[in-house]
Amino acid sequence: MTTTSDDRIPAPLRTEALEQLLTERGLVDPAVMDKFIATYETQVGPLNGAKVVARAWTDPQYRERLLADGTAAIKELGFAGPQGEHIVVVENTASKHNVVVCTLCSCYPWPVLGLPPSWYKDPAFRARVVREPRTVLAEMGLDLADDVELVVRDSSSEVRWMVLPERPAGTEDLSEEELAALVTRDAIVGVAKVQAR
Amino acid sequence: MTAPLAVDGPAAPPRSNGELVFAEPWEGRAFGMAVSLYEAGAFSWEQFQAALIARIAAWEADHPAGECWSYYRCWLGALEDVLAADGTVFADEVTARAHLLADRPAGHGHGHH
Repeated sequence: MTTTSDDRIPAPLRTEALEQLLTERGLVDPAVMDKFIATYETQVGPLNGAKVVARAWTDPQYRERLLADGTAAIKELGFAGPQGEHIVVVENTASKHNVVVCTLCSCYPWPVLGLPPSWYKDPAFRARVVREPRTVLAEMGLDLADDVELVVRDSSSEVRWMVLPERPAGTEDLSEEELAALVTRDAIVGVAKVQAR
Repeated sequence: MTAPLAVDGPAAPPRSNGELVFAEPWEGRAFGMAVSLYEAGAFSWEQFQAALIARIAAWEADHPAGECWSYYRCWLGALEDVLAADGTVFADEVTARAHLLADRPAGHGHGHH
């Protein structure tokens, strides 16, 4: 078999070998790769998603557009990129809570949330959150009342889910920027609520 | 990036927002390669995604006893699968180069943990 990788070679070495070959053939430029890695590590990420959420909290018309067509509304704020197609935004309320998972792999809306956290990619998390979501959320520190409807949203290549968290009470006087600072990645995945400081 | 940093235990999902994205430098390189190639039009994201899903499913169905789950190992495998499928880089080329790198003089090498 020549099309499967040799698992006896440690991944770091195999990665380096592949990068050398691709660089020699002019297919990748290590400097460009550095830039992509740095961008995803530092610039893209929960902050973009937080801005989307804060805008939706403060601008009812934007909220409507966001819930109607997530990808387009997110693009309005300048966030787009691979894995950013077909983002569907669902709203968490006092009576309904959405949590996002990808049971197949780990589809994730990169342009708004950055790269997925390691637990999101973990097979045990992916399987358990479907089977026993309430327990998994409780383990992560989110206790939902029994009368709250819990919906697990399974991402796929067709749909990347994003949660619009509930705006916490006591934040009526905050600016959009101050609100964005409260929003966490976990809240946009639906494994936490946004807390007022 | 500097030395490999400790990874959290698999059983305990972290609650903080500022989690490490790449546990080890090679994961960032594997990620950067795939994104660079995609941006350059080497393959569609659907192609890569399908290969990644296949790799993950294969690992979950069967893997060496005691081998820990590694998302980026599946990612690297998927990238190699996509590149081999259209003849860009074949697995045995990568293997041969990796052996060369493994044989380089002590002090130059890195990547073994």
